[in-house]
Amino acid sequence: MPSSKYETVIGLEVHVELHTKSKIFCGCSTEFGAPPNTHTCPVCLGHPGVLPVLNRQAVDYAMKAAMALNCTVGDVSKFDRKNYFYPDSPKAYQISQFDQPIGLNGWIDIEVNGETKRIGITRLHLEEDAGKLTHVDGGFASLVDFNRVGTPLIEIVSEPDLRSPEEARAYLEKIRAIMQYCDVSDVKMEEGSMRCDANISLRPIGQEEFGIRAELKNMNSFRGVLRGLEYEEYRQAEILDGGGEVEQETRRWDDAQGKTLTMRGKEEAHDYRYFPDPDLIVLHIDDAWREAVRSSIPELPDARRARYSEEYGLPAYDAGVITASKPLADFFEGSLNYTGDAKAVANWIMGDLLAFLNGNNLELSEAKITPQGLGEMIGLIEKGTISSKIAKTVFKEMLETGKLPAQIVEEKGLVQISDEGAIKGIVEAVVAANPQSVDDYKAGKQKAIGFLVGQVMKESKGKANPGLVNKLLAEVLNS
Amino acid sequence: MSITIKDVQHVARLARLHLSPEEEAMFTEQMNAILQYAEKLGGLDTEGVQPTTHVLHVSNVMREDVVKESLSVEDAMLNAPEEEDGQFKVPAVLE
Repeated sequence: MPSSKYETVIGLEVHVELHTKSKIFCGCSTEFGAPPNTHTCPVCLGHPGVLPVLNRQAVDYAMKAAMALNCTVGDVSKFDRKNYFYPDSPKAYQISQFDQPIGLNGWIDIEVNGETKRIGITRLHLEEDAGKLTHVDGGFASLVDFNRVGTPLIEIVSEPDLRSPEEARAYLEKIRAIMQYCDVSDVKMEEGSMRCDANISLRPIGQEEFGIRAELKNMNSFRGVLRGLEYEEYRQAEILDGGGEVEQETRRWDDAQGKTLTMRGKEEAHDYRYFPDPDLIVLHIDDAWREAVRSSIPELPDARRARYSEEYGLPAYDAGVITASKPLADFFEGSLNYTGDAKAVANWIMGDLLAFLNGNNLELSEAKITPQGLGEMIGLIEKGTISSKIAKTVFKEMLETGKLPAQIVEEKGLVQISDEGAIKGIVEAVVAANPQSVDDYKAGKQKAIGFLVGQVMKESKGKANPGLVNKLLAEVLNS
Repeated sequence: MSITIKDVQHVARLARLHLSPEEEAMFTEQMNAILQYAEKLGGLDTEGVQPTTHVLHVSNVMREDVVKESLSVEDAMLNAPEEEDGQFKVPAVLE
């Protein structure tokens, strides 16, 4: 920011697609990537006279998500119409929830710079998704695919409790993790099953009253959210520093240009004229229903993180990284069925595994390695069958082929050489071939031994047991 | 509470209706008459009465999460003003 006179205030609206099999108000499939308009019917196309019927699974998922975010799920919930004209909405209204959403007054904890902070959640409501537009003819016409219309969504609205783009990102990542643990959504920002809009304003430090805010849309990745908010923070500070006033407006993040652009001003702000949907009847939620849903909530990321520290002695950082993703945490625990060394498992996951996934832009499910493979490989290192160095090769092979380490070691002849006679032969040859280094060592240059060790390892193609190499080399040199 | 000509213009714009000045004046008068009539309800004692959002005395009507057959693209397109590549083609509305 140009100056640090301001405090940033951010609130996020997060949309999460629920992964039901069928749409929220009709039986059309919600499958992603089908040919355009192959998953439509009179209900989701908004034909006159049709009646929506609510999908029970969508309500269960929304309640589950609400409870996992510590929201209160009330006794009565209803649906309202949000009216607007846009070609992605065939009915000219979206069925949403206005004053009686599924969940109210929740919170989650986020961790930023080693500190825990509680962020309030205003509400969580259930609604239907819109269709997809593709602009054609030089921007003069649009093609409409209604496959996505009626996919169940939950919208999660945070309190304006976030104070930096970094906190916003941490909040978003925690929401994603919780939804993933609850198994209510695929939560992939890049595929649009999780989307985020933000309200951001600045106020002079110490001022109680909020500044004028901008609404930010179209940030389609975690990085986009961070960059978009950082840009907006900078833009607003510059306006305020120049004595100007921030305009209340909706702005669009342009990822390619790296900046936010005006979409619509305050005078064009939407007037949605919400009213109760007469086609849908009220939901009455009783304790039995609430408890049935509550009991389906698994151990959530915070609890799992605490348990990893306590049960396995993992450092807080490691536990945080691993539990931020459910597949990663499941992999971690799976590996522990094959080795007792939790720290070693964590190191391999956070090091070689994440580097491979991030470097190749892959999901864990796309890598072939199994928890058994990693667990057994660590066992082989412990037993001295392979060195840590060889393990890197084995690990890479497991990532690509999914073979178990014992098989890889055998096929590639990677077993560590722990036969003293064999190593001694190499050591003697190396010593004979490098008289200069030997002289250096004898003259007191301890470093020279490092070079000789390296030569022995090279000669053995990395397979010599490093402990034995050191021991035998010392013996030969000092004899 | 009364409706002004500005309210009528605003609502007309939201509904994408193009009204003549005569129509605006007429609807202003009519809407005020309707609201005045409805205001009689304000005289009732509604203490402890839940707002009615629906006249049917049923709740929790839901369906199971089962996929049913959708329309064919051909049938889905029957009402399309224009069609291209199996999609509805409409004039662009850019925000």
